[in-house]
Amino acid sequence: MTALLVGRRAPSRLRVVAWRFFQSTQGRIGFAVLVLLFLLAFAGPALSPWSYTDKDFTAFLSPPSAEHWFGTLQTGADVYAVTLRGMRKSLIVGLLAALVSTALAAVVGAFAGYFSGWTDRTLTWGADLLLVLPAFLILAVMSPLFGAGQWVLFVIMLALFLWMVTSKIVRGMTISLKQREFIQAARFMGVSPVRIIFRHIIPNLSSLLIVDATLNVSAAILTETSLSYFGFGIQPPDVSFGTLIADGSRTALYAPWTFWFVAGLLVVTVLAVNLIGDALRDAFDPASRRPR
Amino acid sequence: MTPVLEVTDLNVSFGDVVAVRGVSYAVRQGEVLGIVGESGSGKSVTSAAVMGLLPPGATVTGSVRLHGKELIGARQRELTAFRGKTMSMVFQDPLSALTPVYRVGDQIAEAVRVHQKVTRTQAAAMAVELLDLVGIPNPAQRALAFPHEFSGGMRQRAVIAMAIANDPDVIICDEPTTALDVTIQAQVLEVLKKAQRETGAAIVMITHDLGVVAGFADRVLVMYAGRPVEVGGVDDIYYGPRMPYTVGLLSSIPRVDTDGRHPLVPIEGAPPSPAALPPGCPFAPRCPMRLDACEAAEPPLFDVGPAHQAACIRWQDVRPRVAAKHAVPVEPRDGRPRQDRQPVLKVDGLVKRYPLLRGSVFKRRVGTVHAVAGVSFEVREGETLGLVGESGCGKTTTLMEILELAEPQEGRIVVLGHDTARLGGAERMAIRRDMQVVFQDPLASLDPRMTVYDILAEPLRTHGRGDPGGRVAELLDLVGLDPSHAARYPQDFSGGQRQRIGIARALALEPRFLALDEPVSALDVSIQAGVINLLDALKAELGLSYLFVAHDLAVVRYIADRVAVMYLGRIAEIGQVDAVYEAPAHPYTQALLSAIPLPDPVRERSRRRILLEGDLPSPADPPSGCRFRTRCPKFRAELTDDERAVCVAVEPSVRLLDKDQGAACHYAEKLEVT
Ligand SMILES: Nc1ncnc2c1ncn2[C@@H]1O[C@H](COP(=O)(O)OP(=O)(O)OP(=O)(O)O)[C@@H](O)[C@H]1O
Ligand code: SF4
Ligand code: SF4
Ligand SMILES: [Mg+2]
Repeated sequence: MTALLVGRRAPSRLRVVAWRFFQSTQGRIGFAVLVLLFLLAFAGPALSPWSYTDKDFTAFLSPPSAEHWFGTLQTGADVYAVTLRGMRKSLIVGLLAALVSTALAAVVGAFAGYFSGWTDRTLTWGADLLLVLPAFLILAVMSPLFGAGQWVLFVIMLALFLWMVTSKIVRGMTISLKQREFIQAARFMGVSPVRIIFRHIIPNLSSLLIVDATLNVSAAILTETSLSYFGFGIQPPDVSFGTLIADGSRTALYAPWTFWFVAGLLVVTVLAVNLIGDALRDAFDPASRRPR
Repeated sequence: MTPVLEVTDLNVSFGDVVAVRGVSYAVRQGEVLGIVGESGSGKSVTSAAVMGLLPPGATVTGSVRLHGKELIGARQRELTAFRGKTMSMVFQDPLSALTPVYRVGDQIAEAVRVHQKVTRTQAAAMAVELLDLVGIPNPAQRALAFPHEFSGGMRQRAVIAMAIANDPDVIICDEPTTALDVTIQAQVLEVLKKAQRETGAAIVMITHDLGVVAGFADRVLVMYAGRPVEVGGVDDIYYGPRMPYTVGLLSSIPRVDTDGRHPLVPIEGAPPSPAALPPGCPFAPRCPMRLDACEAAEPPLFDVGPAHQAACIRWQDVRPRVAAKHAVPVEPRDGRPRQDRQPVLKVDGLVKRYPLLRGSVFKRRVGTVHAVAGVSFEVREGETLGLVGESGCGKTTTLMEILELAEPQEGRIVVLGHDTARLGGAERMAIRRDMQVVFQDPLASLDPRMTVYDILAEPLRTHGRGDPGGRVAELLDLVGLDPSHAARYPQDFSGGQRQRIGIARALALEPRFLALDEPVSALDVSIQAGVINLLDALKAELGLSYLFVAHDLAVVRYIADRVAVMYLGRIAEIGQVDAVYEAPAHPYTQALLSAIPLPDPVRERSRRRILLEGDLPSPADPPSGCRFRTRCPKFRAELTDDERAVCVAVEPSVRLLDKDQGAACHYAEKLEVT
C-alpha cells in the first residue's frame, strides 16, 4: 500500500500526491512529454545553425531537407528555428496565463466565499465588472503595449480575462464547504482563516481547479493564437504558435510543412497538459482508486 | 398453520459480489420476525429481494413464497398485484416513501384505490380513518397536508397507514424507527403493534437495534456477512445465544438499566466486506473462540435446541457472557470530592436565538427560533457531563456556542477560568489549545484531501509544536491504530477507526477539556463499544474532562458522571447519573427513560411505557410557562386545574431535589421507571 512505499519519511500530503502522480502512466507520460517539449523549445535551437531571425535567401518555401530540417517559409526563414522559438513563447504564455488565472480564481473565489460581508461584495463586484468588459477588444487596443519584451504584461492581461467564471464557482463551493465539519474542526483548533483557505478549502476544490487550469492552458494558447492571427498579441519580430499558424495557414495547401509542424506541436502540447491535469486530479483525489 | 411468507435459500449477488447467501425463514400469521445485523450485513437487500424491489443488476436465486405462490421469477404484473396488497413495506426514510407534491390523504386514498374497487369519496374517508388509527390528531384536517408539513414521526405513521391500507398479510419494516427520536420511536412501535393487532399481519422487522427487537419480535434471525448465523425464539437468542457473534453483540451494547458500569466488550475488528469474505466461518477473524477447524469450511446452521439454530461449530461451548459488575473503577479519578475540584466549564443562562427568515430574494424576518433559552451547567475537572435530549432540543447549538469562544447573546460562558466575553487573542489561542472537539460524523470532520499524518499534525503545527513526526505516531498508537497507516486518507478507514483518528486529533495538544458531539452515534454497535471504552480509558489516563453530547441515554449512562437532560432549549433535569437514571424526577426524563427499549425480552414485555403524545413543539413558538406542558403526562392526567394553571403561567427553573439532582418542574417527584 501507499504507506509502505512512502516509508519512513513523514507522509504529508505533498509527498503522497507526488508519489501517486508519478505512479500513474498518464502522469509519467504527460510529464515526460512536457519536459521534452521544454527541452526542445529552449535547447533545440542550438542544434540548428539557423536562428529564428536568419533568412536563407537561397531557399524560399523549400520542403524539409538536410539543410532545413522542417523546410523554410516564404521569407526564407528556417521553420525549425521559428517553430521552436514560437513554442518557447507559447508554452510560457499558455502555462503561465493558465496558472495565474486559475490561482486568481481560487484565491478570489475562496476569500469571497469564506469571508462573506464586504470582502465578498468587493471581490464579486470586481469579477462582475471584468465579466462585462469586452476582453478581446481591450486586448486588441492594448496590443501596441505588448511589443518587444513585454510578454509578461500580455500574460497578465490574458489571465485577467480568464478567471471570473471559475471564481464564481469556487465562491459557491466555498460557501458550502465552510459549513462542513472539518472546516469547523480547524477553526475550533485555532487555525487562522487564511490558513484554512489555503490548507483546507483550496485543496478540496483541487479537482475543479486542475480541470480549469488544464482548460485554461488551451484557452490561453488559443486566445493568443487568435489575437495574433488578427495581428494583435505577440508582435514581430517575435513569433508564437499563433503568428506561425496564422502565416502557415495561408501556405498550408501547397507547402504543408509551414503549417503542420506548428499545428502538430500545438496538439502535442495540449495533450501533454491534459494528461498531466488528469493524473494530478486523480493524485489529489483520495477517492480515485490506485492510479493505473 | 402454514407460513404466510416462506423464504428458502435466498441468494442475491451484484456482479461478483454476493450480498446475501442462503437466507431462509418463514413467518406465520400474526408472528413478528426480527432480523438484526450490523450495517452491510445484507438485511435490507434481503427484504428488497423479497419485495422484488432490487435494481436490475442484481441476480436472485432461491425461493420466496407468499401463500405458497412463488415470487422469484414471477412476472412484474403479478408482483405489482401482491405489492401493497398482500405484502407491504415500511422504509427507514418516510420522506422517500411519500410523494412530496401530493397531499398525504390523497396518497393513502390512492394506495387504497389501486387494489380495491371503491369510489373516490369512500377512499378518502378510509384514508382519514387510517390516519386516525395510526394516531394522527385531527386526521380529517391533517389528511389535506403535504408530506413536508409533517414531522418525521407523523410521516412514518402516514407510511404505516399506507402500508396497512389494504389489510396486508405481511408487513416488512426496514429500520422503521432508526431516523426517529426515542419518544417518537416508542409511539411508532406502539402504532405498529396496534396495526398488527388490527390486521393480524405477519411482520418482518429489520433493525440494528437489539432493544427494539427484544420487545417486539417473537423470533429473531441474526445476520452476519450476508447470511443467517443464528435463528431462534427471542428468549433463546437473548438468554441462550449459541453463536459467538450474537454473544458479542449482546455484550457490546450499553444499557440504561444496568446499575454501575459493567465493562462493554467490543467485538474486535470490523465486519468483512462482501467482496472479500474470509474462507471458512466469516466471523473467524473477530471470534474470541476461534479454532483452526473454523477456517476449514463455513459452518452450516446446526440445530442447537427446539426451533433454534446457530452457525458455529463450537455452539456447545458458547455461553452468554455474565455481566461482570464494577470491573471498571467508578471512583472519581483522583478521589477528591466534586466540590473541591475546579470547574473547567461554566455556562450560566446561555441564550441563542436564530432569526427565522422567509423569502428568497428579500429576506424578511418572520420570527425567532429560540434554539437555546437559558441553560446553566458546570463541568468540573475530571468529570464527564452528558448532555442529552431529542433532536432539535438545542444540544449542538449549546456546544457550538461554547466552542465559538465569543460573547453569547445572553448569559455567560466561562471556559477554563476565562469569561468568553472578555477574551484577548492570546488567551483565546491558549483556550483553543486546552479545549478540543470531537464531532459526530467522523468522515465529515476529517478533511478528505488530507493524509492522516497531516490531519494529526495540523493542531501541532498550528500551536507551534515543532516537528510533529514522533507525536503523530504516538497519537495513533494511543488510540489503537497502526502508526504505519499515517499515509492513508480518512476514507481508507472504517467508521470506528475514523472516529479514533478524530479523537487522536483532539488529543494531539494534550487538552484538559474535550467537547464531544455524538461521537459514537454514527457507529455500529460492535464498534461503538470500542470507542466508548477508549474514551473512558483516556479520560482516566490523561485526567480529561468531557462534555458529552448525545441522544442515546444508554451511552451517557455508561460514560458520564453527571447528566443534563434538555428539552426545547432548556434543561429539564440535571444531576448525578445514577440518581437521575434510577429515580428521574422530571416527567420528561421519566418518559424518555421509559421509552428506551431494553435488550431484555422478559423485562421489555413487563415494562410499563410512559408514552408522550404529539411531537416536539416548534422552538420558534414554544408554549408559555412550562415548555413541556403540551406533552406532559402529569399535566394531562394527574394535576388539578389549579395546579395546571401554575404550569401554564410560570416557567419552572431547575430546583434542587437532592444532593446532586435538580429538575425544572413545579411538581417534580422521583419515580422509578426502567
Ligand atoms: N443556523 C440555524 N438557523 C436557524 N435555526 C437553527 C439553526 N441551527 C439550529 N437551529 C434550530 O435550533 C434548534 C436546536 O438545534 P440543535 O442543532 O442545537 O439541536 P440538537 O439538540 O443538536 O439536535 P440533534 O439531536 O438533531 O443534533 C432546532 O430547532 C434547529 O432547527
Ligand atoms: S465457527 Fe469458530 S470462528 Fe466461527 S463463530 Fe464458531 S467458534 Fe467462532
Ligand atoms: S411543570 Fe407542570 S407541565 Fe411542566 S413538567 Fe412539571 S408538571 Fe409537567
Ligand atoms: Mg446535534
